[in-house]
Amino acid sequence: MKILIVGGGMGGTILANNLARRLKHELKMGKAHITMLSASEQHMYQPGLLYVCVGRMAPDELYREQATLLEPEIEFHVDPVEEFHLPKNHVKTKSGKVYDYDIIVIATGSRAMPESIPGLAENSVNCYTETAALDMWRQLKGFNGGTVTIAVGVPHKCPMIPLEVTFVLHDYFKDRGILDKVKFQYTYPIGRLHSLAPVGEWAQGEFERMGIHTETLFNMKEVDGANHVIHSEEGTQKPFDLLVAVPPHKGMEVIEKNGLGQNGWIPTDRHSLKMEGHDNAYVLGDTTNLPISKAGSTAHFEAEALAENLAAVIKLGEPVRDYDGKVFCFIEAGKDRATYAMFNYNQPPAPKAPNKAVHWFKMAYNQLYWASARGLL
Amino acid sequence: MSEKRTIDARGTFCPGPLMELIAGIKQAEIGDELEVLSTDEGSANDIPEWVNKVGHEVVGTSEAAGVWHVVVRKTK
Ligand SMILES: Cc1cc2nc3c(=O)[nH]c(=O)nc-3n(C[C@H](O)[C@H](O)[C@H](O)COP(=O)(O)OP(=O)(O)OC[C@H]3O[C@@H](n4cnc5c(N)ncnc54)[C@H](O)[C@@H]3O)c2cc1C
Repeated sequence: MKILIVGGGMGGTILANNLARRLKHELKMGKAHITMLSASEQHMYQPGLLYVCVGRMAPDELYREQATLLEPEIEFHVDPVEEFHLPKNHVKTKSGKVYDYDIIVIATGSRAMPESIPGLAENSVNCYTETAALDMWRQLKGFNGGTVTIAVGVPHKCPMIPLEVTFVLHDYFKDRGILDKVKFQYTYPIGRLHSLAPVGEWAQGEFERMGIHTETLFNMKEVDGANHVIHSEEGTQKPFDLLVAVPPHKGMEVIEKNGLGQNGWIPTDRHSLKMEGHDNAYVLGDTTNLPISKAGSTAHFEAEALAENLAAVIKLGEPVRDYDGKVFCFIEAGKDRATYAMFNYNQPPAPKAPNKAVHWFKMAYNQLYWASARGLL
Repeated sequence: MSEKRTIDARGTFCPGPLMELIAGIKQAEIGDELEVLSTDEGSANDIPEWVNKVGHEVVGTSEAAGVWHVVVRKTK
């Protein structure tokens, strides 16, 4: 049984390791084989970018060699897939090689697309890539006061970033002693401050206390850089001196080019994680079209459920459980306080007041992540 | 040619039915209809509020067995 995992990020890595442990015997006997193809020899802990953009972490702290994270039985190649031939059970890679499989799992992630809103790329900062986070840090260093406007595109990865980036910037300016010179304007696409109603209610109180102005039902339409104004689809506008963006995201171009899903989002069954219309193709993490958070924790819990099922399919001929929509998100509420939200398809979240203990747990998780990627946690 | 597409946002707490619709509208062509399925009664109010504010059109809203169906046409 040949299992091919495309993508060596959070989802692909946790799946591969978890599966390798479950199939130790089959891998040893040559009855199963796991191959991973990825686009990079490095694995980035993306959540760390939130700290990079305010100068609290250096980018090199966020990378590990992907090969060192994988169980030794996993065959790993840095050779991105260019063509998916799903009916023929094979893919073709950049190097020109063809890899065939019995089961394929696609976990190629998503990317921020500031260029999809006119004027946004040129006139805003964001924390979604190493380059962008470093640029944000440089622009923040040179910012000595004025209006900071936060604008949020949909869909985006990490649902907590709009709130977290606001809290983190607030404390950054406080530490620099210039908070009184900064006016914050937080905008959000829907009629409350966060898509999770209890989180939005909690943020409302926090923002009032912090003197942060808010405008809801604000979807970016275009940015007028010359006049420092952002216009919304709803017909309103906001001035800014510094525009902090959560850009709209797309899945990977290769997904769209191969006709696997519009905008790079692959139609996926919410319980089995099967690609719709295919019996031996599965999808994990950001690249699904599922109406749940594009978050590392989503990829993690999906990977655990899928590893259990794929191992069961190989050992017993049947999957053993459904993915229940589980997501767990930390919410950094400043530089030293945090809370979290946990929910699934049936249970809404109930976030508690932020405290220092959860913040320190998040800081510890930033390191524990590497154990989690290895499939140990 | 205009199309009709379903956005199945049942049992979703995040990003939520309206966020899914906003993302879906961006991908749609003018004239396309999008039907949002939601188990959250609030969506039956949130979605029309946003659609009216932006200037698209709510074609209809109905409820069956705890699932709200809100059909929206992209008009611009
Ligand atoms: C600033 C920031 C903060 C975040 N904070 C949090 C947080 O606090 N909590 C949380 O849960 N999540 C957070 N996230 C989100 C989280 O990082 C992503 O949701 C998660 O990485 C998604 O996992 P994935 O496996 O789907 O994709 P990724 O981890 O992005 O991995 C995709 C992989 O696919 C590979 N790939 C791409 N194209 C190809 C190809 N053609 N062939 C082969 N391989 C390919 C890439 O090289 C990469 O290895 C944050 C993200 C950012 C940017």
